[in-house]
Amino acid sequence: MSLIQSLRPGGKHGLSSKESRDPIGYAVAALSRLAQSDVLDRVGLRRQAEQAVFTTTRSGFRTITAASRTFAKAGTKGSAGVRPAATAGRGAFDLTPTEDEQMLVDVVTELATEVLRPAAAAADEACAAPEDVLAAGRDVGLPILGLPEALGGISEERSAMAGTLVAEALAHGDMGLAVASLAPGSVATAIGLWGTDAQQQTYLPAFSEDDVPVAAIALTEPTVLFDVMSPSTTATRTDDGFVLNGVKSAVPRGAEAELFVIGASLDGTPALFLVESSTAGIEVVADPAMGVRAAGLTKLDLTDVHVPADALLGATDGSTYAECVRLARIAWCALAVGTGQAVLDYVVPYVKEREAFGEPVAHRQSVAFMVANIAIELQSMRLLTWKAAARAAAGKDFTREVALARKLCADKGMQIGLDGVQLLGGHGFVKEHPVERWYRDLRAIGVMEGAVLV
Amino acid sequence: MAINLDDPKKFRPLVGQAHQVAMNMLRPISRKYDKAEHEYPKELDMLAAMIDGLSESGASEGAGAAGVKRTDDGADGAVRNGTNLASVMSIAEMCWGDVGLLLSMPRQGLGNSAIASVANDEQHERFDGVWASMAITEPGTGSDSANIRTTAVLDGDEYVINGEKIFVTAGDRSDAVVVWATLDKELGRAAIKSFVVPKGTPGMTVERLDHKLGIKASDTATIRFENCRVPKENLLGSPEIDVKQGFAGAMATFDNTRPLVASMAVGCARAALDLTRELLERAGVTVDYDRPALAQHAAAAKLLQMEADWEAAHLLMLQAAWMADNRKPNSLEASMAKAKAGRVGSDITLSCVELAGSVGYSEGELLEKWARDSKILDIFEGTQQIQQLIVARRVLGLTSAELK
Repeated sequence: MSLIQSLRPGGKHGLSSKESRDPIGYAVAALSRLAQSDVLDRVGLRRQAEQAVFTTTRSGFRTITAASRTFAKAGTKGSAGVRPAATAGRGAFDLTPTEDEQMLVDVVTELATEVLRPAAAAADEACAAPEDVLAAGRDVGLPILGLPEALGGISEERSAMAGTLVAEALAHGDMGLAVASLAPGSVATAIGLWGTDAQQQTYLPAFSEDDVPVAAIALTEPTVLFDVMSPSTTATRTDDGFVLNGVKSAVPRGAEAELFVIGASLDGTPALFLVESSTAGIEVVADPAMGVRAAGLTKLDLTDVHVPADALLGATDGSTYAECVRLARIAWCALAVGTGQAVLDYVVPYVKEREAFGEPVAHRQSVAFMVANIAIELQSMRLLTWKAAARAAAGKDFTREVALARKLCADKGMQIGLDGVQLLGGHGFVKEHPVERWYRDLRAIGVMEGAVLV
Repeated sequence: MAINLDDPKKFRPLVGQAHQVAMNMLRPISRKYDKAEHEYPKELDMLAAMIDGLSESGASEGAGAAGVKRTDDGADGAVRNGTNLASVMSIAEMCWGDVGLLLSMPRQGLGNSAIASVANDEQHERFDGVWASMAITEPGTGSDSANIRTTAVLDGDEYVINGEKIFVTAGDRSDAVVVWATLDKELGRAAIKSFVVPKGTPGMTVERLDHKLGIKASDTATIRFENCRVPKENLLGSPEIDVKQGFAGAMATFDNTRPLVASMAVGCARAALDLTRELLERAGVTVDYDRPALAQHAAAAKLLQMEADWEAAHLLMLQAAWMADNRKPNSLEASMAKAKAGRVGSDITLSCVELAGSVGYSEGELLEKWARDSKILDIFEGTQQIQQLIVARRVLGLTSAELK
């Protein structure tokens, strides 16, 4: 390939294929390529750092998956697993959490305030969650939050509502760290909801032990106008199982993960597959994004990944997959609500202290009304999210409710992120304040599919 | 107790009834009284009698304009779904039928809500069954209701009221008017009290009726008070001028009426949404809740956004009413509900006209009417801007002197 060919602008660096370069442009582009090349590093002109270690901050850095444990097969194949019971309501409108839920929220709120928030800026920079933050999350039982007691969990009933309240509270600390902390438990919840007896006996015990496996749900794909209901990743039947091919993106902590739930199209209908990361053919590519960076987002390249027949999680008619998509969307809505609340709680004291023209800026309606609208839309987001979650927990259809919650949380959540930065003016644009991070994180709602669920 | 935001199960029969009334009694005469502004909708008398009957039988669950009363019974710690929820839900349903006609419903005036909110037991009994409208706004005073100039002076056993009130909804047809007047302009908002003035009281005249953009079925009157004398027992609440409590007494009415106005916007917007969804379906556009909005028809994406906003207004409305039922202070939530419902009502009804094209713009459908009716709901009982001011002051913890 000639130099000129490789310097053609289309499709790279955010340039459309309509762009063309004039001679000066080619010269500049060539210089830029030289500046980026390893040559400079080899002659010692640039500090070498992240060579051997996998680093999620560096786009495109590839590695094989984490050398992981083998999950010893157990249980009866094909027989249905334990299912959490739906919550029983008496049909009254009520916004009061149960005592158990409130206790959980109190504990998680403290975790978010004392542990997540102080670690957030550094984790965002490092594109990784520090071990002590993850350990604190495991200590409060996040990995088994969604599991029924019979499977080593903590609840008797379906805990989608508790999961929603917990995600909201955690995200008040930091969205990226919340995603990193909740990803493994989300896989456990999925296995609890849809796994066979064999799948539950094989994988779930590890989640209630000390050495909780890192795990993630991979549904998103790097496609423009991505429609999660029509994944490009395929699962093809073989004599003894399936072969997976495709690319998944926005997978939290993919580099460390030992277990994935991967969405793929089987006979034209989307389905879920449990894939151990030690399976041959999986390559993890660092894929840092605008925000949610502490979650260590990655792409998974799946090339002829052979999995056994009992890797299939749930139904093949698309119903399990759709439910998984919806439950994940509730989780992202809850994360948006928590982050939105963080924005509101931060800007309120700021605009009351910051003075301009001789008085606090909060005394101006243009500022005060922005704060009022944040409060109004935030509560709207919360109520829609809670409604969807409560219906999910009660075993009712929640297709419509989750769609409305996602739409509102994506739109209004982003507006809250935007206004949060605006209310701090130039100070909102610099990393001295967390509002710019929340702005980046809130763009994730509406983009992300899977990764976490309630 | 567990979180549940579905419409309360116990009110399903009530809402079903209201829906049937809206569909079978209000919709058929909806256009008729939009055209015949200021004509008395005589059909409503029979409807009002029916509602009174339901009310006495207990089938109405205490719903209606007077359902905003805060009761202290049954304080057993259990979560209550009471008359406030029943009221917003049934009023939303009636406004799905027609907002203007709902506002003309005998004995369901905002004055009735005011009486329910602040009257003492004796007054509750005395004004039971009275159709009361509400007179606050004056030619020179709208949103700054603390600045009203209508005066009430105690003279013996009577108050003498002088002043002019405008925009009195149902001011012509009601049996009585609840008038806001000041006992002493020097003492500011604390001196503002409300008085029940029965029709026919000498000195009170209905001067004229306004021609309006929407809710034409409802009569909006200008009323003049000239040395109008009412018994001192007609002052609602306490006659004491408590400077510390300030405006709180009279303003308490708003905590109860704002969720009702939110419910009117919620009902009107749903009428537009329901019809537009069907018109779009006939045009081949349906919403797929699982697929991303941006991967669908632009009209479907718009419908999804409107439905999300509508649901938000609906849930904020239920929240405010639920808090009142459970005796929690709800000024913040009432204002949030009205702010969201008011602006969403406008966006939805106007967007539905646009989506339906000239079908929506024409008087052949009711979409254009709903887009006119909805506008007042973002204005009366406190404009969008007043709601934002209230929410901002609460959230920021600022006084009205600090955040003007």
